[in-house]
Amino acid sequence: MMIKRILKKTLLQKPFLKKECKLHGGIKLQGFKSLSNATAVQILSVPPQLIIPLKQHIGEAAKPIVNVGDLVYKGQIIAEPNGYISSPVHASSSGVVAAIEARPIPHASPIKETCIVIHTDRKDQWHPFVQSTPEPLALPPEDLRQRIRDAGIAGLGGAVFPSAVKLKPTSDITTLIINGVECEPYITCDDVLMRHHADAIIQGALLLARIVRPQKIIVAIEDNKPQAFQSVTNAINRLKAAGAAAANTIHAAQVPEIFPAGGEKQLIKVLTGKEVPSGSLPYELGIICINVGTTAAIYDALYKGQPLVSRIMTVTGEGLDAPGNYRVLLGTPIHYVLANAGVARQHNAEVIMGGPMMGVAIADHAAPVVKATNCLLIKNTRQIRQPPASMPCIRCGRCATVCPITLLPQQLYWHARSKEFDKLPAYHIDDCIECGCCQVVCPAKLPLVHYFRFAKSELKARERERKKADVSRLRNEARQVRSEKARIEQEERKARRKAARKQVITPETNPDQSTPDSLNASSLQGVAPEPQTHENTSMVKHEDQTKTMAR
Amino acid sequence: MLIIATAALVFGVLLGFAAIKFHIEGDPVVDKIDAILPQTQCGQCGYPGCKPYAKAVASGEADINQCAPGGEQAVMALAGLLGREPKPLSAELGSGNSDEPMVALINEETCIGCTKCIQVCPVDAIVGAAKHKHTVIEAYCTGCKLCLPPVCPVENCIVMETVRPTATLWKWPEPARFSEPMRGAGS
Repeated sequence: MMIKRILKKTLLQKPFLKKECKLHGGIKLQGFKSLSNATAVQILSVPPQLIIPLKQHIGEAAKPIVNVGDLVYKGQIIAEPNGYISSPVHASSSGVVAAIEARPIPHASPIKETCIVIHTDRKDQWHPFVQSTPEPLALPPEDLRQRIRDAGIAGLGGAVFPSAVKLKPTSDITTLIINGVECEPYITCDDVLMRHHADAIIQGALLLARIVRPQKIIVAIEDNKPQAFQSVTNAINRLKAAGAAAANTIHAAQVPEIFPAGGEKQLIKVLTGKEVPSGSLPYELGIICINVGTTAAIYDALYKGQPLVSRIMTVTGEGLDAPGNYRVLLGTPIHYVLANAGVARQHNAEVIMGGPMMGVAIADHAAPVVKATNCLLIKNTRQIRQPPASMPCIRCGRCATVCPITLLPQQLYWHARSKEFDKLPAYHIDDCIECGCCQVVCPAKLPLVHYFRFAKSELKARERERKKADVSRLRNEARQVRSEKARIEQEERKARRKAARKQVITPETNPDQSTPDSLNASSLQGVAPEPQTHENTSMVKHEDQTKTMAR
Repeated sequence: MLIIATAALVFGVLLGFAAIKFHIEGDPVVDKIDAILPQTQCGQCGYPGCKPYAKAVASGEADINQCAPGGEQAVMALAGLLGREPKPLSAELGSGNSDEPMVALINEETCIGCTKCIQVCPVDAIVGAAKHKHTVIEAYCTGCKLCLPPVCPVENCIVMETVRPTATLWKWPEPARFSEPMRGAGS
């Protein structure tokens, strides 16, 4: 019976796999998803202090518009976007602004960035401005997009690119992909969201469709999440039963379980067979890809009027008391999340933000949960194994066979290790998504991703320095031109003054000489010959200035 | 004989034409050297700016190891460009240069508005007017230290500050070599 079922399953899936799985490389990983996806989303309490970083998105950091001591309500804008690719920041709960200062942020280094610190009053009171809209689908698309921007929504899959920017493509969109793949092990926040809030995702997708007008909407779900798939399919069927015309354009698709099929460009390849070229964005192919969590947040923003002040996040790891998914207010300190999710505060516990493949170990547990925090993976002291000793690269090429971007990781490693950074762009290091597949299969256990991150940040720093040097060169050249001009003018002025003095001394002897500089000379007539007065010089100066302007 | 003379004439005309048509303004070697230099315009090399130093290097007057802000990286790049042997930075430059990027900061409490720093700033990164407080535009400051005392007549008015590290400016450390435990990147 069991064998029959498995056979049936594989037989059914085989042609599907062959047809759909067009991704190069990738690897199958053990999921560890059942650790955290069994229970529904729990709500984490309001912490006594919220630390809200001004930069939780890609782009420019927001500008604070509140002062220390101000009373703020939940959902109130406390920092405005600074530029087009930027996003506002909202108070996640009601309370008093206690400080606007540099605080640790969730990062691999104990770096500090400007945050707005709020002492909460535990009332969790919404701002009166937060009002629900009964029929957002009736609003004009541009209005919807503006509301998404005002709600501070950025990609919740981890890349946190401001969604409103993504939703203003310059070309026609044929396909809207709602990304529910979630291919990283351990992370289940999108899984439980799809299981329990599929309606919000589908309604959110229809709102997005109103903005970008695609021909079809695909909700992509990995085939290791049958319950989520069922739940989403049911939601679509309910919509069809209700007679919504838009329901016919939307369908759920299962994608084969392979890491990293959930990456934006990888998912597009898996679903459509199209490859987004290096340096291009999906909209250039007429595709927009948005995470399910983001879609649900857009639903909340447009129907309920609630800006992005909280997110669903997985807290997981082996040996935890209560691994699961929590709705956490943005700005909640990580140690508060750990304490309330049944993780005893251990100084040595290693906390990884994101999954085991692409996440980074957080240096400071006082750092807050931000829009990008989809998962906290906790490794207890006992579980932190000494990483295996790495050995020299034997150039076996396994890394190249699993690389989903078809890069040559061994070559990248070679040059990064010897710090020949200028050779790396030729091997397209910028296209590396740091998925870690190469590192998993490497028989020499080399920390390849670390090398790539090291080289990438070094290249970025050099690029910044080069840009700054170019600006400095231009400014220095402009300054030299200016000082040269000033010097010449001064010399001319001196020469003229000298000539003028001569004329004043002997005005009668040679009156014709004044003709080339008649204005100057006439202005000097009737003035005492010596010493030259201040008025005269200023007159000359004035004339010079007019000349300069005319030039 | 006649053929050779004609050919010589034709080629002469061609070369003369090419010399006018493909004339390059400026010295390409100087520009290439200048592109490597960090444009701090600090004058530590003994020349009044990066371009003059580039000219001096191109003419062989100055050595390639005089640029303190460029450091070893600049020496290596110059050595590669000019086909010379790389050498350590000149010992005369002293050790006042830190690896951390620095910018000047004017203390507005003590600034007397003398404009002296404005006059020396090679990249016009200081704004202000006579008898008004001056300030440094951080984005444009190259950290050349030319505005520091004795140019600034007030003590502790202009100081050098390290640029505050941010997540965008942060660099991943170099991974540990073989058989040493590595940390940082997700395993």
